[in-house]
Amino acid sequence: MNIHEYQAKALFEKFGVAVPRGVAARMPAEFESALSTLSHDGPLIVKSQIHAGGRGKGTFTDGFKGGVKFAKSKAEALDFANKMFNNTLVTAQTGPAGRKVQTVYFTVACDIKKEYYLAILLDRATSRPVIVASTEGGVEIETVAHKSPEKIFKIHVDPSVGLMGYQARELAFRLGFTGEVFKNAVKLITGLYRMYWETDAAMVEVNPLIVTPDNKVLALDAKVSFDDNALFRHPDIVALRDLNEEDSKEIEASKFNLSYIALDGNIACLVNGAGLAMSTMDIIKHYGGSPANFLDVGGGASKDQVQAAFKIILTDPNVKGIMVNIFGGIMDCNTIATGVVAAARELGLKIPLVVRLEGNNVVAGKRTLAESGLAIESATTMAEAAQKIVKLVA
Amino acid sequence: MSIIVTEKTKVVVQGITGEFGARHTKLSLDYGSAIVAGVTPGKGGQFFEHGAHRVPIFNTVADAVAATGATASAVFVPPPFAADAILEGVDAGLELCVAITEGIPIRDMIEVKRAMLGRQTRLIGPNCPGIVTPGTGPDSAGGCRIGIAPGYIHKKGHVGVVSRSGTLTYEAVFQLTSKGLGQTTSVGIGGDPVNGTSHLDVIKMFNDDPDTWGIIMIGEIGGSAEVEAARWVKANCKKPVAGFIAGATAPAGRRMGHAGAVVGGAEDTAAAKIAVFKECGIENAVTPSDMADALIRAAQARGAKLA
Repeated sequence: MNIHEYQAKALFEKFGVAVPRGVAARMPAEFESALSTLSHDGPLIVKSQIHAGGRGKGTFTDGFKGGVKFAKSKAEALDFANKMFNNTLVTAQTGPAGRKVQTVYFTVACDIKKEYYLAILLDRATSRPVIVASTEGGVEIETVAHKSPEKIFKIHVDPSVGLMGYQARELAFRLGFTGEVFKNAVKLITGLYRMYWETDAAMVEVNPLIVTPDNKVLALDAKVSFDDNALFRHPDIVALRDLNEEDSKEIEASKFNLSYIALDGNIACLVNGAGLAMSTMDIIKHYGGSPANFLDVGGGASKDQVQAAFKIILTDPNVKGIMVNIFGGIMDCNTIATGVVAAARELGLKIPLVVRLEGNNVVAGKRTLAESGLAIESATTMAEAAQKIVKLVA
Repeated sequence: MSIIVTEKTKVVVQGITGEFGARHTKLSLDYGSAIVAGVTPGKGGQFFEHGAHRVPIFNTVADAVAATGATASAVFVPPPFAADAILEGVDAGLELCVAITEGIPIRDMIEVKRAMLGRQTRLIGPNCPGIVTPGTGPDSAGGCRIGIAPGYIHKKGHVGVVSRSGTLTYEAVFQLTSKGLGQTTSVGIGGDPVNGTSHLDVIKMFNDDPDTWGIIMIGEIGGSAEVEAARWVKANCKKPVAGFIAGATAPAGRRMGHAGAVVGGAEDTAAAKIAVFKECGIENAVTPSDMADALIRAAQARGAKLA
């Protein structure tokens, strides 16, 4: 689960991670009062709040440039906020459809002496949290890793004891900090790690982390995501979920325990198991088609889930055909076939449907499909099913 | 031979009275696996009954081990309690713990993995279909099935299968069996970013097993475990190996069902892994329908037998 920058920064503050003063507003009527709570007469930064990076370099669909703007005055900040609000911001990460800005975040503009990079995430190779820091901030860390790997420092944390003081100090020293800046950096790194660990974050990224001329160390930006598996023990974090940022079909799917991700092709797929679902997308592409979604109904799909899945698939106007791929290991193929037939009937399915069933009770399942009187194409292998559906939608 | 488990392996099921655990315990008993005990705290002294089977239930894994000599466990405990269940098995001195549970918090698994350092227990999973060593009976019955894989699609033979995905494993096994190629052991290592046994661990065991003549390795986008295994294969493995990587069409940054299946950088894409496979002499399956055929091609190229 992702959260907005302003929410992440509120969490940072709880854990003693310093951030520039700021305030978020969710409607234009709140903009002025929000700005006045900052009681700041100097320059401000106005930041569009969407769950995607690259905001500063983004462009709104009406041509307005920049999802993050420097404003010399309150009046200019208000003007920018009004131009961003309800406007759709397209960045390198949003895709061409962009995201509608429904919250604007005002922060005090800070003087910057130097920018750094700081992130905490899981290192899969060691199964331990790793803190990644760099003296090159405000740029893409992948580029730094490629061009000057010597400027990236990593500290692995032993989960049985947590981040030790010497490790935070080592990192601060490597970043070249001394004196008051060093102390502030150690405090920030320690607080950020505690936040990562205690909130079950999947990733915390601060880019840039800045040092100001008066020796403050501040998280100028904040990107935080959480481990979905751990949300059950963090109701306070679940409350930060912004459904406006999620695809409505994905939200509907999650109600039925379906894992659905919208893509931009025209062949929908319905599959049991994540690996098989991914490879079904791959095989559609291999035969020249384009998958409209990832949809995993889970290992033990029920008839209700299959029906719900069909409804979700069909709300995507781009879908021109459907491929069902079920390996019914334990699950009864006939149960799936019955669900598919019921869904196709109920929804008055008008687009091509190819069903590939294999496994337990497959003969009965195929009979159910054949005897339904519906125009359902049956297939024995994944390759056959993919070739058929690609041909049918071409 | 086989790897990790044989038809004689004595298994305790943790969470035997839950709906999921009970259902698959019955299927394993039908398959002929030696399910000798169950554990459900508070239900010690009761029995899990299925047909002629009467499996004793214990309060703790330690009690179950002491009374039955079980050396392996299957964990069907719900996600919030699964880490606890795994470590209980480790403390009871099990040789093998197979965690089927899907949705365990990553932080819990980071702690489990740390706590298991230096301990003798092998963990498979979590979020995995488990392990099957096929038997010689009809539909491969009489073997050892720990987990949720369909037993009947297997056939005793000489191919080793290792995979991060459940249904994709079944797909590979089914293709092999349909072509008359049996398996020594099929191991689902799970789709989570922090897991016990890796691709490489399993491949080393297949390499050492004289009865395994060929290997299918199935991976996904995310992480670098398949790359690590492939490099080892290139340097050390003389047996034919076929590979398949799922997720070539997955967009970057989106979690594809499995918690571990996220493309984060240039190194963990399907294209990058497929390229490494090729460079390491692993025969790539062009599509998921091509997994068994890819292994046959790899065997022919080396003049190796698979059955």
